[in-house]
Amino acid sequence: MNGKLHGIHAPHRKNTVDSAPTRLPVPPVITVPMSMNIGAPAKPVVKPGDVVKVGQMIAEAGGFMSAPIYSGVSGKVKRLDEIVSANGRFDTVIVIETDGEQTVWEGIAPPTVTDKDSFVEAVRQCGCVGLGGAGFPTSVKLNVDPDRVHAIIINGAECEPYITSDTRTMIDDAADVIYGAQLLQKYYTAERIVIGIEDNKPQCVKIMQEAGKDVPGFEVAALPALYPQGGEKVLIYNTTGQVVPEGKLPIDVGAIVINCTTLAVIAKYIRTGMPLVEKVVTVDGSAIAAPQNLIVPVGTPIQNILDHVGLKCEPKKVLYGGPMMGTSVPSLEAPIMKNTNAILAFDEKDAADPVPTSCIRCGRCVSHCPLRLMPAAIERAFDDKDPETLKALKVNLCMECGCCSYSCPARRPLVQVNKLAKAMLNKYNAEQKAAAEKKAAKEKEKEAV
Amino acid sequence: MNNMIVSVNPHIYAKDTTQTIMRDVLIALLPAVFASVLFFGVKALLVEAVCVAVAVLCEWAFQKICRKPDTITDLSAAVTGLLLALNLPVDIPLWQAVFGSFVAVILVKQLFGGIGQNFANPAITARIIMLVAFSGAMTTWAAPAFSDAVSSATPLAILGAGSTEGLPSLLQMFLGARGGSMGETSCLALLIGGIYLMVRKVISWHTPVAFIGTVLVLTALLGQQPLYQVMAGGLFIGAFFMATDYTTSPPTPAGKLIFGVGCGLITVLIRVWGNYPEGVSFSILLMNILNPYISGWTRTKPFGGVQA
Repeated sequence: MNGKLHGIHAPHRKNTVDSAPTRLPVPPVITVPMSMNIGAPAKPVVKPGDVVKVGQMIAEAGGFMSAPIYSGVSGKVKRLDEIVSANGRFDTVIVIETDGEQTVWEGIAPPTVTDKDSFVEAVRQCGCVGLGGAGFPTSVKLNVDPDRVHAIIINGAECEPYITSDTRTMIDDAADVIYGAQLLQKYYTAERIVIGIEDNKPQCVKIMQEAGKDVPGFEVAALPALYPQGGEKVLIYNTTGQVVPEGKLPIDVGAIVINCTTLAVIAKYIRTGMPLVEKVVTVDGSAIAAPQNLIVPVGTPIQNILDHVGLKCEPKKVLYGGPMMGTSVPSLEAPIMKNTNAILAFDEKDAADPVPTSCIRCGRCVSHCPLRLMPAAIERAFDDKDPETLKALKVNLCMECGCCSYSCPARRPLVQVNKLAKAMLNKYNAEQKAAAEKKAAKEKEKEAV
Repeated sequence: MNNMIVSVNPHIYAKDTTQTIMRDVLIALLPAVFASVLFFGVKALLVEAVCVAVAVLCEWAFQKICRKPDTITDLSAAVTGLLLALNLPVDIPLWQAVFGSFVAVILVKQLFGGIGQNFANPAITARIIMLVAFSGAMTTWAAPAFSDAVSSATPLAILGAGSTEGLPSLLQMFLGARGGSMGETSCLALLIGGIYLMVRKVISWHTPVAFIGTVLVLTALLGQQPLYQVMAGGLFIGAFFMATDYTTSPPTPAGKLIFGVGCGLITVLIRVWGNYPEGVSFSILLMNILNPYISGWTRTKPFGGVQA
């Protein structure tokens, strides 16, 4: 009844699929930001002068919706500083001068996991956040009643062009992905455990099928390579047929979605006790001389990575993540974060902003929107400052996947407008709510008199 | 400070632009241009050139005078000019063709805000205005080449008069050896162009199939020689090139189907019971006016959306 979801045939450009990740030489200094997850920033537990080692906690979770942070290097804390992060907000960072020894912290030991609660606690201690890009604290997602979970969906879609870090996880760490899947199955007793992989990665499909063949209930879903297969709602629908309703979470339809790299990191922590301290990052783009995958400590400045791989020309635009949803960074000092899976650097030609022309109402934004929204109509309602219409058009559902802007022949900045329209609608809803509350309070007062 | 570009996602784009889309429409019209020259002589080419040149010139001049950004490179004015020319009889006085192009680009398109803002198809509306203003010249049909018929009346006029004498064969109808506007007669040429546009994903099948299908079914039900009705008049050029105009038709498949069925219905009503032998232009104009309503009724249902 709901039919197929739309999307775009984005170019794949998976140039680095055969590049087994190598380790970046330890950078002289790393800058670890405290806001690497949705929710509260972490709180530093080290002070300047402290000596830290690999795997040692440097910041504790700043609340329930947060995650601790561990050092990916050994060295000395230089200072606590403030930077402007890529989203424009100020953020505290811990600056560590490395000693190049990469001495492992002596406290590293596998956690004791006996039941669901100790499993969730282990996930929390491991510092994991949604590594596909969202940065949602994983322990919060997993802190649900196991009886509600019917399907565990592992996200191996990696639908963004260029990025191959999840691909490499499936190739190089298949055993950890499967071990993680077994742990989830053990503590959540889900009937199904599905890994969704786009069919442009046949080697991953094969490897996961082989690795999981002895795991009961485990299946591999080869998804069409139609961006955005990795979008949470899209993935749930295409693997289970379930539609996550507006304002609800995947668990409300019995699903937990977890990125394959996130799962591998959790499995590795439970196996060895080494928390999330480093990332596999795809380095690619038209300004990069030798595209490749690198293993880098969280906090590594982008500049060090670009220096290592070499540049063809001066990069005019550098992204965290893929070209469809990635964030452009304001400076090469910006550090690798927990949820950074790629650094893309583009030359002047690829970086140039397109010039928007008038909407010709071709309807491509409508016919490509995976969530069946009407971006052109949203843009008109936004220009008219008409929040009621924005509400009716459900702009709040937009996941900013970029399909509308990508397919627009007039190069309208539709994603940007959707972001602004969401803010306009939120403000309007808050005002409506406040006005209603004020009215109710006044009436109550009247009654009292 | 550095000079890196910071912008909102996405950072890559599909190849299509307004210009490539309009270029595809021009390419798709080339078979019809060829057919017009084949059946009505080199004069056809002259009318086409004049209409295109005037349309582009009008757009350029209007934007210069109004100090608006120049949009002639998006090729939409050229498309309007060519479509108008193909909807005219070959013997149209050139000053009337110039007037038509002016009306299309200035009155119907630019005065409403330019590309994407006009409520009606510029070429269709200009043709209707010319039909009213110059009804003599607009209904004087030259006899086409490769035709035994001495009469130059259009097949619809012949059918409307209740006779079948002088009616071209179905093959002549399909190839284009019949009386009519210079670009509308060759169904084959228009079909090639229409298929090209569908393959290039410039248009979808919904509007043309609904439009032509409705005319076919209704005229069959009314006992009106459906095959002649479908190939006669401006149905093919209207269904593939005019009713599919982005700006003046609905964006969703459901909307396009309603739009196409409406066009077909009005066309048949005019052809069978109206005073004019042909109703394609009027049907598209009337449906253009209904377009905002159809678009409103056929909004997509957001995935996972909950009715408030």
